[in-house]
Amino acid sequence: MQKRIKTPFYDDDILSSLRVGDRLLLSGVVYTARDAAHKRMIEEFKEGKSLPFDVEGQVIYYVGPTPAKPGQVIGSAGPTTSSRMDKYTPFLLEKGLKGMIGKGYRSEKVKKSIVDNKAVYLGAVGGSAALISRSIKSVELIAYEDLGTEAIRKLTIEDFPVIVINDMYGGDLYQAGVEKYRER
Amino acid sequence: MREIHYDDIVKNVSTMCIEANYHLGEDVMAAFKKAIKEEKSETGKDILNQLIENATIASTDLVPMCQDTGTAVFIVELGQDCHIKGGSLYDAINEGVRKGYGEGYLRNSIVRDPLQRKNTEDNTPSIVHIELVQGDRLTIHMTAKGGGAENMSDLKMLKPSDGLQGVKEYILDIVSVAGPNACPPLVVGVGIGGNFERCAYLAKKSLFRPLGERHPDQTIASLEEELMTEINRLGIGPQGMGGSTTALDVKIEVEACHIAALPVAVNLNCHASRHKQTTL
Repeated sequence: MQKRIKTPFYDDDILSSLRVGDRLLLSGVVYTARDAAHKRMIEEFKEGKSLPFDVEGQVIYYVGPTPAKPGQVIGSAGPTTSSRMDKYTPFLLEKGLKGMIGKGYRSEKVKKSIVDNKAVYLGAVGGSAALISRSIKSVELIAYEDLGTEAIRKLTIEDFPVIVINDMYGGDLYQAGVEKYRER
Repeated sequence: MREIHYDDIVKNVSTMCIEANYHLGEDVMAAFKKAIKEEKSETGKDILNQLIENATIASTDLVPMCQDTGTAVFIVELGQDCHIKGGSLYDAINEGVRKGYGEGYLRNSIVRDPLQRKNTEDNTPSIVHIELVQGDRLTIHMTAKGGGAENMSDLKMLKPSDGLQGVKEYILDIVSVAGPNACPPLVVGVGIGGNFERCAYLAKKSLFRPLGERHPDQTIASLEEELMTEINRLGIGPQGMGGSTTALDVKIEVEACHIAALPVAVNLNCHASRHKQTTL
């Protein structure tokens, strides 16, 4: 059973209803950012500049899409490994970010920050980039065009498939799932 | 001496890059379908179905199956009675990559300098390994190797006294540590023996073999099967969310080594095990 959920997460009731293992279809807005964009956002903020978009309630999708073919909204756009962003994530959560979409483990520090800031970490299926790109309806370049695939883009999504990995109660699907099926 | 023209290599390499990224091999599709029947987790089954659907969309719409269109890695078997006419073999391969990644709308993921990190914008340089063989043919094996799985790969210089048990424990440990990060279900490529650099090459080379194909040596074939069973009992499952399909296959290559050494390398591949080959 998949729940239909709207982004951004301005409403705490939505986030508090999410539990690890829930399968969601997201619709609304998410922002793309990966390694180089995270590094620049935070370096610039420390220099006194503002963040390239207001992160309050927003969701960041860790992705570096392929170039769009003529007629396409976006190229193939599956999730990248989230742990590379761990260094930057607690800062963004403290600034009001409410969700991240990626794949793979988060650090203990990030998991604690997810609980402390009442946020959520969502897993998209790594590699299913052609399928996922069908749920991306529009793309707007927001910042750092020079970073190419790593630039920050605002995506409008519809029925984007994700699974809750870390909820605001400290649950972790990677731990729970493996424990359930481990035979050695 | 047989002549092979530079332009023919460029053309073939370009096509391989595009085809590898758009069309998942029949061997991988067959492995997905087999895994669905055996997978114990419902979420795991859903994920495997999603991967099949994704591969079908990529193939039909002619788009990359994954946004990480990889480092282009080549193992080239160059017949010693071949003459490459019109330019160097390395240049021809890189020109083919440049052409294929550009025309195929594939993502450029290579940075010129590991510290400065400026993208080369054409996915070159590629990684090219040349093996000199007998005859007058040129066989090019290509893989588009994803960064997520490559990042979780590892090499260890074990002691001879660690033996087979040590080798198995090490491989299981690397797969466990990789967990969801390497995009399971995985293809686990293993190199045993050689020396430090040769061992890593063997692990990578093993990933070029089609899924479902066992090593010709019966002892190694049995070890591949045994490790496959053990890995699938780790519980990691599709995307690391729990389940019984952690590996689609295990591939092992073995070579002679020094009396003091037992090198083992594990090169992980994500489920998008993209490999193509062509013979000129």
